Amino acid sequence: MIEVKNLTKAYGNFVAVKDVSFKAESGSILGFLGPNGAGKTTTMRIITGYMPATAGTVLIDGLDIFSQSLEARRKIGYLPENPPLYPDMRVEAYLRFVAKLRDVPRAKIDSALEHVLEVCGLTDMAHRICGQLSKGYRQRVGLAQALIHDPPVLVLDEPTIGLDPRQIHEIRGLIHHLSGNRTVVLSTHILPEVSQICDKVVIIADGRVVLEEYLKQLPAGTSLEDIFLNAITKERHDDGATAEETLEEVGAGHT
Amino acid sequence: MKNSLTIAGKELAGYFLQPVAYVVMTVFLLLGGFFFFALLRYFEMTLAYSAAMQQNPEVLNQINLNQRVIEPMLHNLAIVLVILVPAITMRTFAEEKRTGTYELLLTAPIRTGEIVAGKFIAAASFMLIMIGLAGIFPLILVAFGNPEVGVMFAGYLGLAFLAISFVSIGLFTSSLTENQIIAAISCFGLLLLLFVISWPAQAGGSAYADLLRYLSLPDHFSQMVTGIIDTRDVVYFLSVIFVALFLTQRSVESARWR
Repeated sequence: MIEVKNLTKAYGNFVAVKDVSFKAESGSILGFLGPNGAGKTTTMRIITGYMPATAGTVLIDGLDIFSQSLEARRKIGYLPENPPLYPDMRVEAYLRFVAKLRDVPRAKIDSALEHVLEVCGLTDMAHRICGQLSKGYRQRVGLAQALIHDPPVLVLDEPTIGLDPRQIHEIRGLIHHLSGNRTVVLSTHILPEVSQICDKVVIIADGRVVLEEYLKQLPAGTSLEDIFLNAITKERHDDGATAEETLEEVGAGHT
Repeated sequence: MKNSLTIAGKELAGYFLQPVAYVVMTVFLLLGGFFFFALLRYFEMTLAYSAAMQQNPEVLNQINLNQRVIEPMLHNLAIVLVILVPAITMRTFAEEKRTGTYELLLTAPIRTGEIVAGKFIAAASFMLIMIGLAGIFPLILVAFGNPEVGVMFAGYLGLAFLAISFVSIGLFTSSLTENQIIAAISCFGLLLLLFVISWPAQAGGSAYADLLRYLSLPDHFSQMVTGIIDTRDVVYFLSVIFVALFLTQRSVESARWR
């Protein structure tokens, strides 16, 4: 369970995330949608404890990511926007290193390694050098790294970016299969991805949450695309509407 | 501690996955060998010359291997380290920031102090391995002559302290930037400054001059090279290491407040 509470992040004068709140329940997959530059990556970096928020907080299974940072971070598996690989290391050595950092007990490292290599389709790649892998395989190693300690919370920043259609299909299947009783948050700007695998959708635009809704409860017959476009334009429309209203009021005053 | 060792192991292995480590070691040992050879030749000539002049044995005895060969060689190697250490440490943090693996380290359940300690242990071990390999030169002297082993040991200990202090400063400059060149140049600048910092103090006897002399690395180093292990010098090196690592830890931690 991830509870994001009134998160605000400012870089100097630029406010990237404004008062963002949402909740991701255990056993569900939350799709985090938004146009480029909407603040998705910033929000995910705050959720995982990489950077602090200017205001607000995040609870990971009830643990505060700022005040109980180590315990909270232990629960998270995180795939950043760019898979965090050491280009000189071999896949197996790299995953072993992450397993140790993530406190996987020594006796379980071998089985954990074998497991993630298998689910991510990397068994044949174990002895390859990370820097020489294709984009798709780098993405898979990134995913394997996020899964190796079997975390209850998974945060995936654009997990299917740069993959070919078959790989996208596989990774989506994998994420769906993984969810189980985990909490999964994945960001994307591919809409069908959300409708295929997510239970809940949160749309942000210009750093603000404009929609938080269960997919089941979305009005039947409307496509996610319409909802998305509607939600992100409503943001702009809102300002427009107030301007129109003011105009109308002014007009009304005159007549 | 366990986490530090995990990082140290990965870092140390990482040095040898890259050609940089081999190049640095080769340059260090080749130059060391050259200094050793040149100084030994010079020593031999001085000895032959003095003997030919039929000076009294007292004077001949004072021309010793430690003073004429090991001491100047260690001083020269210290200068070589000023150039080589930045090449080794520049990657440590800067590279992680550039490739994005920094995100992996900072979101893992480990303290920033453990990250800094791990990287420090790895870089310091690398230096010890390299200086250890340069131990071949005194071994040659022991095999073919009769140098004072204790004095040579103190000299090498001094070089090790010096190298580890350098490494700490290199870690600090690397933690400040994601650009390796900037990390290397600023480390090089700081090390060179510590080498020459006592120059303005040569004449004066004021407190200010004393301070500059205290800060000067070669002053403490040359003490140890002459075979004197003074606690003041050891404390000096340990303080440099401690301050540099403390600043590194703050600099890494600052990513969390910014």
